[in-house]
Amino acid sequence: MNHPSYRQLTLNGLWKNNPALVQLLGLCPLLAVTASTVNALGLAAATLFVLVVSNTVVSMIRNIVSETIRLPVFVMIIAAAVTITELLMQAFSYELYQILGIFLPLITTNCIILGRADAFARKNPLPAAVYDGFIMGMGFGLVLVLLGAIRELLGTGALFADMQLLFGPDAAAWRWEIFAVDFPFLVAILPPGAFLVTGCLIALKNQIDLSISRKAQTEVKAVGSKRVRVTGTVS
Amino acid sequence: MKWLTSIGLGGTVLALFAAITSLAIGWTYLGTQAQIELAVRRAEARQLMEIFPADTHDNELVDDTFVLEAETPLLGLRQNRQGYRVRQGDRVIGVILPATARDGYSGDIRALVGVHSDGSIAGVRVVAHKETPGLGDKVDLRKSRWILGFNDRSLQNPAISDWTVVKDGGAFDQFTGATVTPRAVVVATRRALEYAELHNAFLFETPVANP
Repeated sequence: MNHPSYRQLTLNGLWKNNPALVQLLGLCPLLAVTASTVNALGLAAATLFVLVVSNTVVSMIRNIVSETIRLPVFVMIIAAAVTITELLMQAFSYELYQILGIFLPLITTNCIILGRADAFARKNPLPAAVYDGFIMGMGFGLVLVLLGAIRELLGTGALFADMQLLFGPDAAAWRWEIFAVDFPFLVAILPPGAFLVTGCLIALKNQIDLSISRKAQTEVKAVGSKRVRVTGTVS
Repeated sequence: MKWLTSIGLGGTVLALFAAITSLAIGWTYLGTQAQIELAVRRAEARQLMEIFPADTHDNELVDDTFVLEAETPLLGLRQNRQGYRVRQGDRVIGVILPATARDGYSGDIRALVGVHSDGSIAGVRVVAHKETPGLGDKVDLRKSRWILGFNDRSLQNPAISDWTVVKDGGAFDQFTGATVTPRAVVVATRRALEYAELHNAFLFETPVANP
């Protein structure tokens, strides 16, 4: 099997095959947790960690585990990674653990993780699998944080509130009030806002893709027409 | 018979992985357990210290607890919760009572009500709620200073008939766009005060500190 290059992996994870915007996997935490940047960042970090660990282990055992029992084994590995993450977060960032609540254990059921384990890690050597886990986690995490930031900004008029939950007491000053509002655009932080903003992000991505492919087409056309004109002058 | 060995092999591999993952979890658990307990205690203590700051008492609040059973009249608790005694020397100068308002706009609002031994409020904090972000969640001190309006109030200040929101003819402001939430918190606080008054002896005349 032909292994994809790191360039391809990067492009895939961050853009072409972005887990959140293209594969639309893991929508449940994506929509539920992104009411603020700090929550999004917390979940992004946890998911990234689990994804890297599960891809690593799955790639290491890819020659030991047979086709028939691979899924239960993968699920066990993922569940263990999630439980360990949960314990660590409880120990070192208890308040964030409380905020993320049920969405932390639910990472187990995030299809991105089982998806990457089954579709990529079990067929690829260790370095590529680790990198794929990392870059897919980044792709998911970036969308998560972007969504959190947009919703927080629209909904509260500020960015990066409560960062001390993740980065210690000094980060309390990071809150950046962009516009003061008495009646913020509430829908943004409510669940429907999650759908609206995600929809807009997907539309934006598709629009960018579309204009890129159009540009490519017009360039091809330009080449074609030149030829026609060349033959035209000759005759 | 090849399928039999493949089942046996599969089963063994599965069991092996179950054992390995369990070990990994167990090992992490043992490693983080102490840290987690510390974090839970610290979070609890921080909450209590907001109501009774460190210089007001000389006992360890987190350790000086008593159980309030679920369905205790006036407190609205759905399950057993802890109350805390605040001492100076061997005198109980206040208690922190858990109170649950069951009539929040979306679900229960859980609060801690700190009461001085003279029946006045040391402070109220909402510890868990599911109120509308931006409207009802102003009962949370992180969002608004509204909850500080309870400080030093008592059942005589204002008179008990005024213990509700302005909209109902009471003395406490509601927020624009939300009446149900502040009303629930005001009423729950009043009930907690009534509980403290009713059980004054039990709450404030416990001479021996818990071990």
